[in-house]
Amino acid sequence: MEKMLAWIEKRFPLVETFEYHMGKYYAPKNFNFWYYFGSVALFVFVIQIITGIFLTMHYKPDTNLAFASVEYIMRDVEYGWLIRYLHSTGASFFFVTVYLHMFRGLIYGSYRGPRELLWIIGVIIFIALMAESFMGYLLPWGNMSYWGAQVILSLFDAIPVIGPGLAEWIRGDYVISDATLNRFFAFHVAALPLVLIVLVFLHLVALHHVGSNNPDGIEIKKHKGADGIPLDGIPFHPYYTVKDIVVGVVLIMMFSIAVFFWPEMGGLFLEHDNFAPANILQTPSNIVPLWYFTPFYSILRATTDTMMPILAGMTFLVALMTIMSTRSMRVKMVTLGVSAVLLLGYFTLGAKVWGVILMAGSLFVFFFLPWLDRSPVNSIRYRGWIYKLAVTLFVLSFLELSYLGTQPASGLRVILAQAGTVVYFLFFFLMPFYTTWDKTKPVPDRVTS
Amino acid sequence: MKKVLITMILALLPVMGFAAGGGAKLDKVKVDLSDQTSLQRGAKIFVNYCLSCHSAAFMRYNRMATDLGLTDEQVKENMGFITDDTGKFKAGALMKATINADEARAAFNTVPPDLSVISRSRGANWIYTYMRSFYRDETAPSGWNNVVFQNVSMPHVLWAWQGTQVAEFRIDEHGAKRFEGFKTIKAGSMNEKEYDEAVRDLTAFMVYLGEPAKLVRYKLGVYVLLFLAFFLVFAYLLKKNYWKDIH
Repeated sequence: MEKMLAWIEKRFPLVETFEYHMGKYYAPKNFNFWYYFGSVALFVFVIQIITGIFLTMHYKPDTNLAFASVEYIMRDVEYGWLIRYLHSTGASFFFVTVYLHMFRGLIYGSYRGPRELLWIIGVIIFIALMAESFMGYLLPWGNMSYWGAQVILSLFDAIPVIGPGLAEWIRGDYVISDATLNRFFAFHVAALPLVLIVLVFLHLVALHHVGSNNPDGIEIKKHKGADGIPLDGIPFHPYYTVKDIVVGVVLIMMFSIAVFFWPEMGGLFLEHDNFAPANILQTPSNIVPLWYFTPFYSILRATTDTMMPILAGMTFLVALMTIMSTRSMRVKMVTLGVSAVLLLGYFTLGAKVWGVILMAGSLFVFFFLPWLDRSPVNSIRYRGWIYKLAVTLFVLSFLELSYLGTQPASGLRVILAQAGTVVYFLFFFLMPFYTTWDKTKPVPDRVTS
Repeated sequence: MKKVLITMILALLPVMGFAAGGGAKLDKVKVDLSDQTSLQRGAKIFVNYCLSCHSAAFMRYNRMATDLGLTDEQVKENMGFITDDTGKFKAGALMKATINADEARAAFNTVPPDLSVISRSRGANWIYTYMRSFYRDETAPSGWNNVVFQNVSMPHVLWAWQGTQVAEFRIDEHGAKRFEGFKTIKAGSMNEKEYDEAVRDLTAFMVYLGEPAKLVRYKLGVYVLLFLAFFLVFAYLLKKNYWKDIH
């Protein structure tokens, strides 16, 4: 055994790689509940790939056969129903874990230096995952698959000048059709999984280069023992592998409860309207994307004409605060220029275009998080009440928008969604100010348990 | 193109209202998938009546037979009309409608939808209420209308059992037509309780038909959870042992 390892090691850094990423990767010893979701997301990703491979063996990407082939999997393929439910439930669980993983990063400041690139790669993974699941959702060729894709792809139409051509190019047709189904299949099973695998790899490389953050938001590398090992660090393997197994099993139990007892989750994981085949002549009474898209869908729908003056007010507020808080003439001029362009845009481009811009903006704004946060501390544990209040409001607005996205947009619901949208964006754009005003507590030297 | 699409959707809005069900209140039904005789009775109704015009083309006869505890002989005896394209008895055939699409179009002006997964898109309560809500309507082409699905092309197939009823409507203060209740004008061969039970059995069968795996997945789920709980104990002990020197 030993000889064989030495033989391999001479030709391939097997032990070296294992030690760098597992055996001698020192992680802070004070990880709490929130730190499991990275490993769990990776596990769900593996489930998705394996079940996906088996589904691909039986699924037919053809508008005449797709719906029937899914039912064939559900009935005639041995344990096909299990493979399909693992995949459909896995998609929802992927987003549950990714949202919790991102929330962890948010409250403990895991996006801050030197982890900016780690965070940015993560946000790219999140966006790629959304594309992956959006395209996968068309494949069953149910009526909600069809109309959901119709609505989302028609958003590209709203982009000035290139929009209609771009939408047609993506669809490969004037409407969602066989051409669309085929290319979405290709993207869903080949292109995007490859992109995701590379991104996840890069995410881990970046993580293991800078080291993990922890609930105290302090660097464990500042205090190293004589052997060069962080005093508050413990080897990822075996300590966190055995710990992750325990929590992993608990989460797999929750996952199994969903798979075996509530695979539809009352229409949240598998929508009722999607058990009717795609029908171009019959629009579902309420077109709803799956639950993990609803916050952003809400923002899109909230952007009506009445939203424009509110956006103008928000822009004015943020611009004024920026100009008053800086001495740099350049920053002042840039702020003035950008806000002038925005204000002009609000009243010329039309609400539909802004809906698309805001929806995209609600995702892309995460990229800027490392530079929006100006607090001297990283972790929520040592921040003051203003930041805690801001995070609470942000989470509430996110949940509110998620709920409203599943409901028909009318009357009071639109106003509530607009309020949620305002809170969502102000959380980010006011962050440079409230994180500077906020009183922070002294940060400990070493991690607390 | 977008304009065409939007116009099309707008033009279809009234139709979609009907398709969505008109918002009638649905009666709740309790189906028991572990009650095999109920499922068998439902299967009998489904195969003898529904399959005349509707298909359940994602389902095979022999899969149904196995799940419902029927032997191939029983299937052959009771459903001897199951044939493949050459007219030979074939237990593994898909449950296809007796009439073809052209005949259906000639009779109903539409092709009756496939019923394989209808219980998953409409729900059990909808089917149960729908099958009990047909009423005489001389203005409708088939002479029948339905409170749950206004102006549906389907006639009341089980009228001989339920009898004939008329619906009573009231015009409310907003000028909208409100359903008040049914009045039986001609009794059927079953009384109300018997008919409700027959429809319940049919609904139970259609819930099974929507997802045959439902019969096994709960059972399998319990075993999976028991295994995981067992595994969890050892995983926890392993973790505890490793972590005893971390403070």
